[in-house]
Amino acid sequence: MNDIFSLVDWSRAQFALTAMYHWLFVPLTIGLSVIVAIMESIYVRTGKTGWKNITKFWMTLFGINFACGVATGIILEFEFGTNWSNYSWFVGDIFGAPLAIEGILAFFMEATFVAVMFFGWNKVSKRFHLVSTWLVAVGVSLSALWILVANAWMQNPVGMEFDPAQMRNTMTDFWSVAFNAVAMNKFFHAVASGWILAGVFVMGVSAWMLWKKRNIDMSRTSLQIGAWFGLVGIVLTLWTGDGSAVQVAKVQPMKLAAMEGLYNGKVGQELVGFGLLNTDKEVGDTEKEAIHYEISIPYGLSILANHDMNTFVPGINDLIDGVALSPEGDTVNTVSYADRITIGKKAQDALRAYDNALRANDSIAMQAALVDIKDNYKYFGYGFLDKPEDAVPPVALTFYAFRVMVMLGGYLLLLCILAIFACRWRTSWLEKSWFHLVAMISIPLVWICSQAGWIVAEVGRQPWVIQDLMPTGVAISDLNAGSVQFTFWLFAVLFTMLLVAEISIMLRYISKTSKTDIENNPHI
Amino acid sequence: MKYSWKAIVNMYTDGFRSMTVGRSLWLVIIVKLVIIFAILKIFFFPDKLATEYDNDIDRADAVRSALSRGSESTFSD
Repeated sequence: MNDIFSLVDWSRAQFALTAMYHWLFVPLTIGLSVIVAIMESIYVRTGKTGWKNITKFWMTLFGINFACGVATGIILEFEFGTNWSNYSWFVGDIFGAPLAIEGILAFFMEATFVAVMFFGWNKVSKRFHLVSTWLVAVGVSLSALWILVANAWMQNPVGMEFDPAQMRNTMTDFWSVAFNAVAMNKFFHAVASGWILAGVFVMGVSAWMLWKKRNIDMSRTSLQIGAWFGLVGIVLTLWTGDGSAVQVAKVQPMKLAAMEGLYNGKVGQELVGFGLLNTDKEVGDTEKEAIHYEISIPYGLSILANHDMNTFVPGINDLIDGVALSPEGDTVNTVSYADRITIGKKAQDALRAYDNALRANDSIAMQAALVDIKDNYKYFGYGFLDKPEDAVPPVALTFYAFRVMVMLGGYLLLLCILAIFACRWRTSWLEKSWFHLVAMISIPLVWICSQAGWIVAEVGRQPWVIQDLMPTGVAISDLNAGSVQFTFWLFAVLFTMLLVAEISIMLRYISKTSKTDIENNPHI
Repeated sequence: MKYSWKAIVNMYTDGFRSMTVGRSLWLVIIVKLVIIFAILKIFFFPDKLATEYDNDIDRADAVRSALSRGSESTFSD
């Protein structure tokens, strides 16, 4: 049993490591591509060479990040085939179709126009170059769209039917998968978070140049663009985050309960602003306090979950008992988790019966088993759980990651407002070391915020790799835990080297180029 | 502005020739792709079902049996 746990844990750790490193590069690519396109648009509109050089400076930083990040996502696809073979087969073409579209449409679009973007200066017309830059920005976001469509399906599986003969979920409605409400929110939330990240990156680098008293005018202009762009990004992130919360409350209520450390819900549920989780609190316990030193916003969670201060928000214990929010936001009694486990086991019994009938070539028995599978398939995954508590995600990690994301998000909102205020009404602040320091320190903080968001999304949905249908422990391949452990460390080394390469190439370029007069440098 | 195949080729050759930071980046990209496709994919990440089974029927059987086994072991616990 220890070996199995170890294999699951190492497989999860390996995937998390790869995905998190990949996500270090992606949001900067998403956001910086738009900033570069905006700067180039100003150049084409004004015709000023200074803007062309500013665009080229930031475009080079975009290129460094693009080069270091490109293909890091392919490793995730390798892992699906090797480490997650049961999952890969089970999801079939539903997961494969969006990824294929991503590869064919978006990636080739990026790859084609990136060449024009970097090599096409003075070779193609200004307008064609500008269109190419915008197409790269659009292509980058389209890539993200299809990846997030695939991810959203795992959180909210729709538009498919299970075929036990193929042992796959087959797509029955492409548009339901593509326009899954979870996917749309997730896409805009992730893209907008990339905008904040890039905005803060531009602000931080510009602040460093201001601190060094290099390219003062250009740095101030860039900082202002970064601040406005970051502000737009964070407002959109807050808006889409609100939409996500409403969906999570209905589609993945256990995730919301874990995010809040909420065991027993109530009408007019408060939102925890700050608090320390009581690690002694267990599922089913109604006596012990869940959170120590709690500072809460009254009615906050009810408003967040359903835009209604009188909504009942179910906690972990309520959900296990079958109490949930309906799609309309009403409190309803659904199937308790104990019953879901029974139903899931029935579905799996039927699958075994189907397997036996298939081997015996008994079509009548197959048909009977198929009916049983379909009737009980909704809770198929619960059949793999031993007890209802197994359906609860790691509460502490989800709770604290959510607080880190929200607190840093609030900080970044204030930072953008502060920077805009400084640029417009207190320009003397732009010369102060404290301002430079705050902007520079914010660069790692925005990445921590972004990663924390993914921890909430992915850890909060455990134990499911596909919501209600497949738990993570079942999705993995039967491999030697040692080999997964080995590749984990291999990736840790490889990705760290890539990150060091990116940071050092970037720092060298920023340091060297900023010593020249960028706006008037013909060789930039 | 008129474009021809020659102009497109020139754009790439001139672009590569005049690269400064780009040389280090291409080195990073090439080394990375070699590691990913020539080492990781071949030696560490074979597609398990594709390599161990000959056809989709066998693959479906393998997954069905793996998922059924999972359920049975849960029962026995």
